[in-house]
Amino acid sequence: MAYDLKDVIVNKPSRFTEGHRMCAGCGAPVVARMVMRALKPEDHAVVAGATGCMEVSTFIYPYTAWTDSFIHTAFECAGATCAGAEAAYKSLKKQGKLPEGKETKFIAFGGDGGTYDIGLQSLSGAMERGHDMVYVCYDNGAYMNTGIQRSSATPRFADTTTSPAGKVIPGKMQVRKDLAKIMVGHHIPYVAQTLAMTNFKDLYEKSEKALYTEGPAFLNVLAPCPRGWGYPTEDLMKINKLAADTCYWPLYEVVDGKYKITYKPVKKLPIEEFLRPQKRFKHMFKPGNEWMIEEFQKEVDSRWQELLDLEEITNR
Amino acid sequence: MSIRERLSGNEATAIAMKQINPDVVAAFPITPSTEIPQYFSTFVANGEVDTEFVAVESEHSAMSATIGAEAAGARAMTATSANGLSLMWEMIYIASSLRLPIVMALVNRAVSGPLNIHNDHSDAMGVRDAGWIMLFSENNQEAYDNMLMAHRIAEHKDVQLPVMICQDGFITSHSIENIQLESDEEVKNFVGKYEPEHYLLNDKEPIAVGPLDVQTYLFEHKAQQAEAMKNAKKVIKEVAEDFEKWTGRKYEFFEKYKLDDAEIAVVCMNSTAGTAKAVIDRLRENGVKAGLLKVRMFRPFPSEEIAEALSGLKAVAVLDKADSLNGAGGALFEDITSAMYVNKKQVPMINYVYGIGGRDTTEKQIESVFADLTEIAQSGNIGNPYRYLGLRKEEN
Repeated sequence: MAYDLKDVIVNKPSRFTEGHRMCAGCGAPVVARMVMRALKPEDHAVVAGATGCMEVSTFIYPYTAWTDSFIHTAFECAGATCAGAEAAYKSLKKQGKLPEGKETKFIAFGGDGGTYDIGLQSLSGAMERGHDMVYVCYDNGAYMNTGIQRSSATPRFADTTTSPAGKVIPGKMQVRKDLAKIMVGHHIPYVAQTLAMTNFKDLYEKSEKALYTEGPAFLNVLAPCPRGWGYPTEDLMKINKLAADTCYWPLYEVVDGKYKITYKPVKKLPIEEFLRPQKRFKHMFKPGNEWMIEEFQKEVDSRWQELLDLEEITNR
Repeated sequence: MSIRERLSGNEATAIAMKQINPDVVAAFPITPSTEIPQYFSTFVANGEVDTEFVAVESEHSAMSATIGAEAAGARAMTATSANGLSLMWEMIYIASSLRLPIVMALVNRAVSGPLNIHNDHSDAMGVRDAGWIMLFSENNQEAYDNMLMAHRIAEHKDVQLPVMICQDGFITSHSIENIQLESDEEVKNFVGKYEPEHYLLNDKEPIAVGPLDVQTYLFEHKAQQAEAMKNAKKVIKEVAEDFEKWTGRKYEFFEKYKLDDAEIAVVCMNSTAGTAKAVIDRLRENGVKAGLLKVRMFRPFPSEEIAEALSGLKAVAVLDKADSLNGAGGALFEDITSAMYVNKKQVPMINYVYGIGGRDTTEKQIESVFADLTEIAQSGNIGNPYRYLGLRKEEN
């Protein structure tokens, strides 16, 4: 059946409830809600959360925003924690200790800090061992929970509290890590990069595929942060759209090693369109700093071209 | 019917785990506990257990996966040593705070640095305040027996705490000794089925585990953990009584070896107790009233009971196989002197830090301790209470 947002919202009540304490204009709860909606209504889920904004804002004792089972242990080990629960499921199922005909799906959520950086080893281990689970990284490009410190997902030149745009050093000097490709290097059945755009079709369908592909799957989802990025809260969806239309955040999936770009903007917008509305890039627009925008554009262009090439090569 | 065998401490532990047949084992190799997951994965490969074996990429993930599995509703186990435990440290606290009855074999080894793979108790001492029940084992038999009792203790509704079964790296983990094994069927009956009340995989009652627990609640939750640790004393005793009825082997909070009529005594844990017993036997032949108190249950700490057991002595030496590096004695010494003070028992007491990094502990060394104690008992003069045993003298 073709994707229909109205149909999804009416027929699949949110499994991530209101009352959580994420900021207005934050991209992460939108992601969590859509990923959880992609579950079949009859399926149970065990969700593991890495320490981070989403965890501390959705599960404050004695309240939880998760209607499925949820576990948080620590910052760097959502991958291993989720893997352990999945191993328990496999074992108990095999021994006939769980009710017949009831499926449980395993989902881990981590921010970029908990995924690209401190949790990378745990994630890599879980993916390599082939646990039947989906790891969702909600990438807001910095350690937002502790107050906007740079991570390896922070884009080059961004002003963060540990890569401040100063008089000598103009923000973060290193380019961002390409985590989705590192996950492709694990040769797992499904890897995708997505974001919440227009009618959420891309995010929903990739979540569904990730959940119902047997074996490990990884979703890298852009999740803008109004506090860290410096945009008006009501502009969340605009920022997401600009990330896709400038090809800063390409939407693609890799199924069994074959790349497929799922969104090719009719008109690829210049990167300024994405950078200008965000305070973290403000210094790039000062006279004399034009080189920074040029370099940023070059980086985006070369990564986009690389992706186009990969799509061609892997589908030959 | 017991089965006579000859096994190393690691083999005995692995066989206990096979008989327990846990749902999940997640472990990472580290000397000297490596053999445990190694033997166990063979049982898995040969279909001798129902366990899902998770060959994780680090000890941090070993404990994280064990937590995930136990919270999901499985009986989950792991094994480690030294730096492996250090890497788990964060998760060790989380396991106990989530009240998960995980059971772990800890094969004691010196924590780096510098790197040393041999036995002391610095790994265990590093987690002594982490909310785990800690049982120590003198030999392979005790490592096996403690392991068979562990789940009954951990999973008891008044306890629900993780349990660590300690034994000395190489000294007992790799030494082959005689052992009495129990039959698979009897172990299965003794250990019983694990039926958790709340667990992640129960779709009829979804639960949330491991919240952000702020000022309004954390204090009470910690007090509940402490209460469970107090409850554990009673449960450990009851389980040991059942175990004795079954096997005839008796276990208490600590073993008193020729202690009741002793005038001088040493206190220690794990394999050194065997050496001390040999020395005591010889001293007794020569009319020296020497005795031993071997601590089995280190957490919860049997403070009152130990104070009572040591109260009639003329001098006591506490042997610590880990240095707290604080200039004021090892951890066991601190616990025991504190127990004596609180229970108003006054006995001259000295501390020896010994056996660090696998330094051999000889009968001669233990004899020298008893000689020191004889002198203290006669003179009443303690001198320096903080001593070393087996440390090379500085050469000029």
